[in-house]
Amino acid sequence: MPPRIHALQAVEENTARHKTFYFSDGQCAQAEPGQFVMVWVPGVDEMPMSLSVIGERQAVTVEAKGPGTEALHALREGERIGIRGPYGHGFWAAPGRAVVVAGGTGMAPLLPLLEHLEQPVVLLGARTASLLLFREEATRLAGQVRVATDDGSAGHHGPVTELLEGTEEADRVYTCGPEAMMKKVVDWCSQRGIAVQASLERYMKCGLGICDSCAIDGLHVCREGPVFTGEVLASLEDFGRWKRAPSGKKVPL
Amino acid sequence: MCLATTLGPLTLKNPLILCSGVLDMTRKSMEHLPEAGGVVTKSVGREERLGYGNPSVVEMEHGLLNAMGLPNPGVDAYVEEMRGHAIEVLIGSVFGEDQASFVQAAVKMATVAHALELNMSCPHAGSYGAGVPTQAISSLVSAVKKEVKVPVFVKLGAENIRERAEAAVAGGADGLVAINTVRAMAIDVETGQPILANRIGGYSGPAIKPIGVRCVYELAQDHSLPVIGVGGATTARDVLEYVMAGSSAVQMGSALHYGGKTAFRRICDDLRSWLREHHIKSITEVIGRALPNNNL
Ligand SMILES: Cc1cc2nc3c(=O)[nH]c(=O)nc-3n(C[C@H](O)[C@H](O)[C@H](O)COP(=O)(O)OP(=O)(O)OC[C@H]3O[C@@H](n4cnc5c(N)ncnc54)[C@H](O)[C@@H]3O)c2cc1C
Ligand SMILES: Cc1cc2nc3c(=O)[nH]c(=O)nc-3n(C[C@H](O)[C@H](O)[C@H](O)COP(=O)(O)O)c2cc1C
Ligand code: FES
Repeated sequence: MPPRIHALQAVEENTARHKTFYFSDGQCAQAEPGQFVMVWVPGVDEMPMSLSVIGERQAVTVEAKGPGTEALHALREGERIGIRGPYGHGFWAAPGRAVVVAGGTGMAPLLPLLEHLEQPVVLLGARTASLLLFREEATRLAGQVRVATDDGSAGHHGPVTELLEGTEEADRVYTCGPEAMMKKVVDWCSQRGIAVQASLERYMKCGLGICDSCAIDGLHVCREGPVFTGEVLASLEDFGRWKRAPSGKKVPL
Repeated sequence: MCLATTLGPLTLKNPLILCSGVLDMTRKSMEHLPEAGGVVTKSVGREERLGYGNPSVVEMEHGLLNAMGLPNPGVDAYVEEMRGHAIEVLIGSVFGEDQASFVQAAVKMATVAHALELNMSCPHAGSYGAGVPTQAISSLVSAVKKEVKVPVFVKLGAENIRERAEAAVAGGADGLVAINTVRAMAIDVETGQPILANRIGGYSGPAIKPIGVRCVYELAQDHSLPVIGVGGATTARDVLEYVMAGSSAVQMGSALHYGGKTAFRRICDDLRSWLREHHIKSITEVIGRALPNNNL
């Protein structure tokens, strides 16, 4: 159905680049962690955003990085956005020892997953300490949070994937972040026979599985994804290598 | 129960064709629909185009509204990707802003496709598509025909369709495809904003089926060449309705939104059941059944 218009109930600043926008939408209240919505800023753009809060009220957490997300960041409580969705398949929480690997804004869809896992270990990475997203929230919900930063300003100095060493006992890994990072996580897990789920990003237009803009090897991130299993990802030639420009042209990641 | 049908020299294992613009920008998406009798590519032009901004699709109560703006990687990149494809019947859709660019895109597309579909009907793309003047159609079609050996179909919109079909046939078209989306728009009343970034778009899905059926019915009476119906078909009964109006095959797109990627397989099963229940051996027996003076 057409976008449902909601007044923002609250806007929270999470880091220097991330804001969380709260609204209340009956359909999103039923969403699975990892599902996404199309967020319409009337007159500006419509963008896919993962739900970062699912419950009585819902939210998306947005990193400002271009005209659309900057227009969102300029919105205040009471201003209106349009929402359609939730779309796609989210994470499916399974019992067992869980490790959650988040890179940057990738923490957003993983936050609502944490409450469905038993004492997960969260590996949280960012470029620098001030951009670590939902560190406090994760500390509250997880058994343990280990941090890595590219510049060493907090936690381990280096990529978050280096924190995987020592978590070989895990039964399952859940990840979201830059695709190169997720590729490393998926490869690491496959080599050790650990089940893994990763949430992918592709340029999206329809969100409905018809326009083909989010295609990856004949699958559609908006419909079969955004969360895929390690087995599926291992069979995809494009994963970690190629994406599509808005024109449909194949371009390197 | 035989679902096979023909479009001139082409034989399709069933009459269901994936229409242009739906899951057909990338080769593997098309190869992942092996149940389709045929596949039409995204409309491709000479140069790369990003298309319009978002929102580019609005889900409505009875159909889908879209204004993609003919995004495509350009015919060279597209043909490169399609080379060596495994699609049984591939129909290459092309568009252009003038005769020269139409012909260039068509010639390149013909190197990977079994037939061409000239898009002269996108209802929201300025001088492209429906913007092609009626008086230019005939010479455009014959210019393409001169340069390619594969069958050339012309895709038309509902507006002014009989006159435009006349021109396409005069130019030597091998088949007519009707219809494209219907020019339409949607406004959000809370914000007072048109929802599509392009404001105006094209309407597809169940709401436009009666319009498409009427157009096919008229063209099938006016001309003896194959007509391919498209617009709002989502079930076997819809497909039969188009076939009885005179379609030799039926394209579908929005059906994949409503029914997912298994829609084609399901509709084929339902078509077979329907033929069996009605003691009809081949779908070709019902083509044009609803036309006046039908002697079947
Ligand atoms: C399933 C999914 C979930 C996402 N969840 C979040 C989230 O929770 N938080 C968040 O901050 N971001 C999320 N994104 C990314 C977000 O959609 C883009 O960052 C945003 O659209 C950028 O728009 P812009 O105009 O600000 O930037 P631009 O300058 O236009 O682009 C910046 C980057 O964003 C990409 N982008 C632009 N438009 C789109 C689009 N329509 N679809 C996909 N990518 C696009 C561009 O390709 C480019 O890489 C998600 C993307 C997907 C596909
Ligand atoms: C998202 C979308 C993109 C489309 N792009 C094209 C296109 O590039 N070229 C074209 O000839 N028709 C295009 N169409 C029109 C379809 O091919 C078809 O004529 C129309 O959608 C009606 O059929 P349907 O109701 O089965 O979808 C597009 C339709 C949709 C929904
Ligand atoms: S965004 Fe259109 S098919 Fe996925």
